[in-house]
Amino acid sequence: MTIWDTFRVAIRALRKNKMRAGLTVLGVVIGIAAVTTMVSIGQSASALVQNQFMALGTNVIVVFPESQQRGGVRQSLTVTLTAADSREIANQCDAVLASTPLVGAQGQLIYGNTNWNANELSGVGADYLLVRNWAMAAGDFFTEDDIKSGAKVCVIGHTVVTKLFQTANPIDQVIRVKNVPFRVVGVLEKKGVDMVGNDRDNIVLMPYTTVRKRLQGSSFDNVNAILVSAVSPTRMNEATKQIDQLLFERHRIEPGKSKDFRVQDTTEIAQTFGIVTGVLTLMLSAIAGISLLVGGVGIMNIMLVSVTERTKEIGIRMAIGASGRDILNQFLVEAIVLSLIGGAIGVTLGTTASVGATLLINYFNPGQDWPIVISVQAAVIALLFAGGVGVFFGYYPARRASRMDPIEALRYE
Amino acid sequence: MALIELREVQRVYELGDHPVYALRKVSLDIDRGEFVALIGPSGSGKSTLMNTLGCLDRPSSGSYRLDGEEIATMSRDERAKIRNRQLGFVFQNFNLLNRTSAVENVELPLLYRRGLSSKERRGIAVEMLRKVGLGDRLYHHSSQLSGGQQQRVAIARALATSPSILMGDEPTGNLDSKTSREVIALFRELNEQQGITVILVTHDPTVAKNANRMIVLRDGSVVADTSDFQVAMRELHQEPAE
Ligand SMILES: Nc1ncnc2c1ncn2[C@@H]1O[C@H](COP(=O)(O)OP(=O)(O)O)[C@@H](O)[C@H]1O
Ligand SMILES: [Mg+2]
Repeated sequence: MTIWDTFRVAIRALRKNKMRAGLTVLGVVIGIAAVTTMVSIGQSASALVQNQFMALGTNVIVVFPESQQRGGVRQSLTVTLTAADSREIANQCDAVLASTPLVGAQGQLIYGNTNWNANELSGVGADYLLVRNWAMAAGDFFTEDDIKSGAKVCVIGHTVVTKLFQTANPIDQVIRVKNVPFRVVGVLEKKGVDMVGNDRDNIVLMPYTTVRKRLQGSSFDNVNAILVSAVSPTRMNEATKQIDQLLFERHRIEPGKSKDFRVQDTTEIAQTFGIVTGVLTLMLSAIAGISLLVGGVGIMNIMLVSVTERTKEIGIRMAIGASGRDILNQFLVEAIVLSLIGGAIGVTLGTTASVGATLLINYFNPGQDWPIVISVQAAVIALLFAGGVGVFFGYYPARRASRMDPIEALRYE
Repeated sequence: MALIELREVQRVYELGDHPVYALRKVSLDIDRGEFVALIGPSGSGKSTLMNTLGCLDRPSSGSYRLDGEEIATMSRDERAKIRNRQLGFVFQNFNLLNRTSAVENVELPLLYRRGLSSKERRGIAVEMLRKVGLGDRLYHHSSQLSGGQQQRVAIARALATSPSILMGDEPTGNLDSKTSREVIALFRELNEQQGITVILVTHDPTVAKNANRMIVLRDGSVVADTSDFQVAMRELHQEPAE
């Protein structure tokens, strides 16, 4: 019997008992739909984390000051990291694209009789946009001259615009922080929330020199951090090493002594998150795999019942010349067809479900932009899996059918 | 060389500690073109002999040559092939696939033979159904056919592979006397006009009468092998000597 004929016989047999075939298929549908949904949601989660790190700038390296051990005494108030360090990092490290000092500040924003608290109120350098891979929506970023002169200017994020100015044009308006007036010179492009849900657009940036002088009242050149971006994500390690080396020399760290700075690169964090989401995907897959197993056992169960119920048919087919192989193939193909139909429906359902889930997540978490991942690869694998389930769970019943004794099978009522 | 050559064929069922001898050292030859009736009381081994001749069963010992080929030592699949190529089977309860049209039932044995397109199979099936007088019932399902018509479908199915032997185990057992006569007439016609060898198991004397040769079985042994209907009937009704 040719494969095509076997296939047609199987289809005909299944059509004779649509209800049963439908119920059998259902088990596989649920299993495969679960697998597809779980895997694509897992993939979405990983993709989301990766996107977030991309947005943060996966090529951003942060240099923190570190309190240094000197003669066994921890001295925490020494000036360690300076704007000059930032400048030299940008000038001397060839794997570094740009660098900016970061000085933190605190205070309420007041415009007219409206006030608002920004998430981030930072003094930064002129290259900030380059480092963070950010752009302006309106106006301009402050310049090197503004920094030199300690100009009282600022650039604000989208949330700050809506909270303080509603629909009015913020450019050239003046907001006050701790009674210091800052003129708004630009508005940053909207960036949305980060992966922990912080609004990245609730931000005010000023020249670091101004922040230090006006808001901190400090005359030291120290900064809270230096943000550095590498030329490309692939040169992160190189950039990290160069920064480490440069600061080691500039700060005259004696060999064996602990460093007064710490260079942290974000790929490490990204990798950690990758592992977490990987484990998540694995766990979801395991759950889905179990439901697939249940579907498979369902197929085996129904096929066994079907084989017993169709004993007479098997006897007839054998009497008129079907070989054991023909009978085996017939039932095996039936099981495979069942599970492939289940697989196809399951993949469709699962994909729809995961797209739906993603849309829902994005609807209730605006700005989060959980990515929609439709994986053709996952669909193909799920289908192959379904076929495999058919072969695995269909083989035993089919073999049982093929080994029947024709005389006894014919006598079966 | 005869078409069928049985030599000392035994069929023993091991039931518990004492064996049941369904066939005891049966030897016989059947030639091409014969019309043979196997008769005997219930339990005498007719079905066992028929299943053996039909290659559904295998002798416990002895030799069975069909068209020169030894069947007794063949594997299951080899016997399946022989059944498909050489033999046509008709059963007492018709054994058609239910919820399947007449023409599909007749096509069935052709499915298990290589090299025929579905069009060719359909052509043969239609031809066979016409031959048995069911040209107007091609797409009826078995539940929509009378017993006689169902048996005709079964005969058409048996003929589809153009076998050299047509076998029937009580093929008229479930039919009334009129349809029984029609079905037997069909067997006769096939035997006389196409030279197909016919072997029937029956307990009905009016069916047996149509055969040219009667083989009487009792307790697994051939007690008479005759072309004389009266002799056969006498043997059949003879009570075993007590
Ligand atoms: N599968 C079997 N197992 C055990 N004994 C059997 C089996 N089939 C037939 N027999 C026995 O073999 C003998 C012949 O049976 P059978 O050929 O069916 O007789 P008939 O068809 O002439 O009525 C009977 O005694 C029957 O009980
Ligand atoms: Mg019998």
